[in-house]
Formats: sequence, structure tokens, C-alpha cells
Amino acid sequence: MNNIWLVMLSGGALTFGMRFSFIYLFGRFEIPATVKRALRFVPPAVLSAIIAPALFMPNNTLDLSWSNYRLMAGVVAILVAWRTKNTLLTILAGMIALLVLQVIF
Amino acid sequence: MNQTMKSFWTGVRAESPLLVGVFPFGLIYGALALGAGLSPAAAQMMSSIVFAGSSQFVAIQLIRESAPGPIIALTIAVVNMRHLLYSASIAPYIEHLPTRWKILLAYVLTDEAYAATIIHYEEDGFTPTSHWFFLGAGLALWTTWQASSALGIFLGAAIPSSWPLDFAAPLTFIALVVPVCKDKPVVAAALSAGIVALLAFNLPFKLGLILAALVGIFIGAYLENRKSPKGCYE
Repeated sequence: MNNIWLVMLSGGALTFGMRFSFIYLFGRFEIPATVKRALRFVPPAVLSAIIAPALFMPNNTLDLSWSNYRLMAGVVAILVAWRTKNTLLTILAGMIALLVLQVIF
Repeated sequence: MNQTMKSFWTGVRAESPLLVGVFPFGLIYGALALGAGLSPAAAQMMSSIVFAGSSQFVAIQLIRESAPGPIIALTIAVVNMRHLLYSASIAPYIEHLPTRWKILLAYVLTDEAYAATIIHYEEDGFTPTSHWFFLGAGLALWTTWQASSALGIFLGAAIPSSWPLDFAAPLTFIALVVPVCKDKPVVAAALSAGIVALLAFNLPFKLGLILAALVGIFIGAYLENRKSPKGCYE
């Protein structure tokens, strides 16, 4: 449990450090243009790296069968996110899809 | 009402439409955090210590998967790297303020507070009380995030454990990633990171996640540079 507090404190300190960084450094240091452009790819890359195993490896091994309900529900969520761009609708659609699949099959 | 308070409340009002989207997130976060085994106190404190929604979801997911502490902290930092950009973008406007103000405003510099504040600064120009607008937007978001986390923690205890609530985390990430996949480099970054995450899943210490993220970022940046080589000399 102590470990969790340490994780939160270090994760929080790193986050605050980044929020404070350029406010503090203003005029003394500029972000290189290459880094600035690369930052755009951070959220899609990190989040996709978490999404893929959650959908394709629900039991820690690759499962491409029809009985992988999380993958099916994930596809539903991706379609809803693509069509609506609505966060809550996406979460609801994916959640309902998974519940329905679990109840029916 | 004096100018200071007026700026503050204008900030709160400008932030309020964004709060509608934030509140349910906090609810889901609170419920998920309990489900992952965090104590109510730890779950609530994460919302004020880290105070960055998507990284808190990521942390919860990794805690559930028993990832090592340093990897979780590092991943929180990677997910929050975009705040470097916000910091750089907002810095010139608050350059003149004393350090204690800069620390306070940096603490409340979230996606939503940044969005409302930078639009205000760029459109309405900068006045001597503008930093109160920033504070108003930031504190409105902070209060909403703490309250919705607390309510989620409270309600989370009532949700039966048979419900696949943990699936809300990847669904949240899908909702965040899909709308930004507007051009080829971003799609390539997302797909390559996903594929590497599957291939490298069995690496120790969840290093596969870090590796996958780095490959995705590199491929996205590489494709973008190739598309517009002039960009290198901006």
C-alpha cells in the first residue's frame, strides 16, 4: 500500500514538474520544434498501447475468436467513437455491448 | 464587484460547459479506483496529487495489472507530457507574476483549464487581472474533479463486483484516441503502438507498454517529417 502512495507522489511530482517547467523557464529555454511536433503523437501512442492488449488479450494471451467479447465490444466502441466523437456515448455503447454479449452467450 | 472577482467568475463561467464532460469521468474514475484495490483515501488523494484524468485512468489500469511502481509513475509522466506544451504556451502570459502564483497556476494547468484560458487570452486580450480568470477556470475544474471522484468512490462500493467495470478504462481511451486519428501519421502512431504492445506484451515490468509508446511516437513523427520536410527548419 505504501508503494501506491509513492507511485502517486512521484507521478504527481513529475506531472507538476512538466506543468511548471516552461512557466518557470520562460525566456531561458524553448522547446525544440521537433520535440513540439512529436508530442502530438504521445496520447494516441500510449493509449493505443493500453487499448490493444485490453481488447485482444483479455486473458493475457492473444484471443481472436468470436467468443472474445471484449474485442467485439471494443469494435462497437471504436465505431461509435468514430461516428459520434462523443466520449460518454462511446463508453456507454462499449459497456452495454459487453454486458449484452455476456448475458446472451 | 471589483475587477479581480469579475475576472475570477468569468473564468469559472467559461469553464462550466467543459465541466459537464468532466463530471462523469470523475465518477467512473472513483468507482474504478476502488475496484482496482485502492483505498478510498488513496483514490481521492490521487485526484488531488496527480490531478490529470487520463493518466489517473492509466495508473488504475496498471495497478490492476500489478505493474511495478516505477513503471506506473513513468507512464503517468508519459501520458502527461502534453502539459509541457501547455506550460510553454501559457508562460508568456503569466511571466510577470510572483513565483507563488506561477506555482498555483501550474498546479491547476489541466487540459480543460488550459483550453478555456488560452482561448480567453487570445481572443479577449490580456488585462492586469487575467490571471484571476485562469485561477477561476482552474479551480472550477479542480472542485468538480474532486467532488466527482468522491461521489464515484462512494457509489463504487455499491456496484456488484461481477460487473465488468474495469472495461470502462480501455473504453475511455478509445473515446480519447479515435477522434484524434484525423491524419495518417496519427493513425500510424496509434496502430504501430497497438501492434507493438501485443507483440511485446510478455516483456518484464510492463516495459512493452513503454516500448510500444516510443515506437508509435517515433513512427508518427517520422511520417510527419517525411510528409513535410520543410517542417524541420521552422
